[in-house]
Amino acid sequence: MLAASLLVASFVIFAALYLAPGTPLAALSGGQPLPPGSAQLLEQRYHLNEPFLAQYWYWLDNALHGNLGVSITLRENVSTLIASRIWTTAGLVLYASVIIVVLGIGLGIVSGLRPGPLDGGVLVVTAVLAAIPAFVAAIALIMVFAVKLGWFPALGNGTSLLSNVRHFTLPAIALAAASLAIVARVTRAAVRAEGDREHVQTAVSRGIPARYVIQRHILRNAAVPITTITGITTASLIAVAAVVEVAFSLNGLGAYLVQAAEDKDIAVVQGISLLLVTAFVVVNLLTDLICAALDPRLALRDGAR
Amino acid sequence: MAAAEASASRRGLARLRATGPAGIASAAVIAVAAFAAAFGPLLAPYDPDLPNLSLSWAGPVGGHLLGYDFEGRDVLSRLLAGAQSSMLGPLVVVILSVTAGTLLAVTAAWRRGVSDTVISSGLNIVFAFPGILLAVLAAAVFGAGLPAAAIALSIAYLPYIARVVRGAALKERGQPYVAALEVQGASATVICLRHVVPNIGPLIVAQATILFGYAMVDLAAISFLGLGVQPPTANWGVMISENQDGLLAGHPLPAVAASLCIVTVVIAVNLLGERLFEQAQAARG
Amino acid sequence: MSDPVAADTLASAGAAAGLPLLEVDGLTVLLEVNGARRAVLRDVSLTLRPGEAVGLVGESGSGKSMTARAMGSLLPPGAEMRGSIRFGGAEIGQLAGADLRRYRSQVAMIFQDPRAHINPVRRIGDFMTEALRTNHGVSRPEARRRAVDMLAQVGIEDGDRRLRQYPHQMSGGMLQRVMIAAALLTGPRLLLADEPTTALDVTTQAEVMAILDRLRHQSGLAMLFITHDLELAAAICDRTAVMYAGQIVEVRASSLLHSDPLHPYTAALTAARPDITQTTRRLRAIPGRPLSAFEAPPAECAFAPRCPHAADVCRAAGPGLVEIDGGVSRCARARELRGRLQAVPDG
Repeated sequence: MLAASLLVASFVIFAALYLAPGTPLAALSGGQPLPPGSAQLLEQRYHLNEPFLAQYWYWLDNALHGNLGVSITLRENVSTLIASRIWTTAGLVLYASVIIVVLGIGLGIVSGLRPGPLDGGVLVVTAVLAAIPAFVAAIALIMVFAVKLGWFPALGNGTSLLSNVRHFTLPAIALAAASLAIVARVTRAAVRAEGDREHVQTAVSRGIPARYVIQRHILRNAAVPITTITGITTASLIAVAAVVEVAFSLNGLGAYLVQAAEDKDIAVVQGISLLLVTAFVVVNLLTDLICAALDPRLALRDGAR
Repeated sequence: MAAAEASASRRGLARLRATGPAGIASAAVIAVAAFAAAFGPLLAPYDPDLPNLSLSWAGPVGGHLLGYDFEGRDVLSRLLAGAQSSMLGPLVVVILSVTAGTLLAVTAAWRRGVSDTVISSGLNIVFAFPGILLAVLAAAVFGAGLPAAAIALSIAYLPYIARVVRGAALKERGQPYVAALEVQGASATVICLRHVVPNIGPLIVAQATILFGYAMVDLAAISFLGLGVQPPTANWGVMISENQDGLLAGHPLPAVAASLCIVTVVIAVNLLGERLFEQAQAARG
Repeated sequence: MSDPVAADTLASAGAAAGLPLLEVDGLTVLLEVNGARRAVLRDVSLTLRPGEAVGLVGESGSGKSMTARAMGSLLPPGAEMRGSIRFGGAEIGQLAGADLRRYRSQVAMIFQDPRAHINPVRRIGDFMTEALRTNHGVSRPEARRRAVDMLAQVGIEDGDRRLRQYPHQMSGGMLQRVMIAAALLTGPRLLLADEPTTALDVTTQAEVMAILDRLRHQSGLAMLFITHDLELAAAICDRTAVMYAGQIVEVRASSLLHSDPLHPYTAALTAARPDITQTTRRLRAIPGRPLSAFEAPPAECAFAPRCPHAADVCRAAGPGLVEIDGGVSRCARARELRGRLQAVPDG
């Protein structure tokens, strides 16, 4: 299923070239006029005179070997252009994921296990946070922490590892905010639901101490829905990172993708899209695998795949 | 016929009342936003599109409650005018994806077998594309603009609505009343459209409301990126991006005002959607 | 008294002296239902002696499960309990912490739906040995050895392999046997069985009942057997208590329940279950529907509206318990109706 998804996705990305109005040549050149020899060069390189499926095959084959074509606007290898930006995006997404896991799951567990004023507070805060899109959070964070308080820089990548962390903190928080709220709510609901289950009653009726009941019977069983939602939201970060990168002027893949789309630099768009879709599918697959390991009943179904 | 419609709307109102104070307050907020969307340009006190650079970034003064934006346009007027594209876009996305998604899901649930496998696999593949990514791809291919973005999002949301509807439709299909109708000779289309879909109606409405929230956020993000609604057309997402420099220069009001509009409506939509969803689940037992 | 060690000794000494193991006295439980405090149990009194099996019979809403939960100290949060429950003389409502855990290993509970009551993501071995390892400090290999032995006692061979399996790999009947085995591992004095066979098919039901009966006699375990099936309770219990609307309406020696019931409700229950050797033209049902405790009006007999023998005295005041011939009845007319309540088939 994984391979099939990726294959069809790659086909769609490739076919996008043909959906564009005008000839593929016009699309590849970004609508700009070409010097005389270039048209022939492009035709040769992209096998434009061969059947559609053959072109797809060439493109895919190249992609799997790391050759994603050339950027029309920058006249460099797409792979090189991606490589120089990938760590920005990866670092941002990783930073945000850590925030989501630590704060989101943490708050969800605490709130789920302890009904009371803390729980009520968490519910309200998460309801508001979940509605704040990443770029709105970016605006708010820039205004408060960068401009008014001056604790963090507002723009740019930073130079050393430490300054990178400083520069990425606000963007990571902006990226993580809404997802963290959703993860917290689902975690809380899962913990509550498991706490009401009959098998927890059994454990209590046998005098198992509370901390073991919580660890082995409530949290352990809530781990599957918690992992699922964390996986889904982390995967979604991959796309939303683009917005945050633009808001904070970070030099990442997402910002570059948007720029390339505006410039109609098709090869770059295809290359980055393929990479992002692959990452998305891989994260979802990892989530499924972890869930199967956590719940023996899922493993049976998974084996049938 | 009129009586049936009247009682249907009474049922709808009763369901709304049953969502509690939070649900009713949310519905009120959404109604205000919808009103602004419909009549915004008429209600705007000043021309939302007329630039006047000498007034750029000027603060609130006189009849200009929210001051001026980066091009000297009245912010309040621009917000009112922007409500149109900010609300209409998500509405179109929801209508398209819910209609197509419901059709696909009910077909898959009814026919089962090969149809179900094909449709479900197809939807699983669409799942691999995050909404924003598909919209960026569409912008690259068809050029930036609201229609391309809206259609891309509609496609990207199909799996979400389809999964919910398919599950519910499968359950309905197993109900005795469906078998009774089949025995009476009703055709599949009639059973699905006149009985199954209305019975899972509340669930669809709830999911549609939730999707509206997603669509609003995604479309605003795409417009913020410059790939959706194009300036100078008024739109809340575009306003944030246009006025972002103002934040660093000490003129945060335009960007913040537009942000608040988006966030308020999205919170209201999420709250209402959640309540409706709980209601629909409870009713289905 | 709150000294649990003394309570233990007292309970064992009591067994020798015929003193009760568990005494429920005037138990009333109130729960928050839809915003209002409502009674789910009203003035329930019951005594269990060591080694004795007592059946607790009633329809849904009669309060039988709640009685067991109160005995197991498993009332839902927010429940208010009045009256007393004493185990070996110690008031269990006042137990906490380690004392409460010790009580829990003395009083084991098995439940109706074993699949819901066993953690699906952990192995059977973990489930069975958890209490031994956590509360009794038994080592893992020793606990597993005892578990395998106990599984053999409930008729599950190949215990080593079973311990490594997960619940979804076993049938409902087998899981119930696992639950019974697990409950008995800590050597309890009292077993609270809440409809353990209701979710099983008839054949498995018979097997599980046989196992319970045998193990009980082997270990001298006292048992409270909850069911809605009067015949089933009478089959393996020495005494049977009948509950209606949150109250005990009759306690009687099981052998006499059929032939000489002391309460119209009991008689109606036995009459409603047709005898396979007789022909009848129509099944007898009790008119009306069973009431929950909080639906019953306090100042009259809860069963009066449905009772064929109801008279003015029944509606004048809520009847108290009267002792008749070694049994107990909550019927205001119990003495005068004696002998006339016997189930008569409708010919």
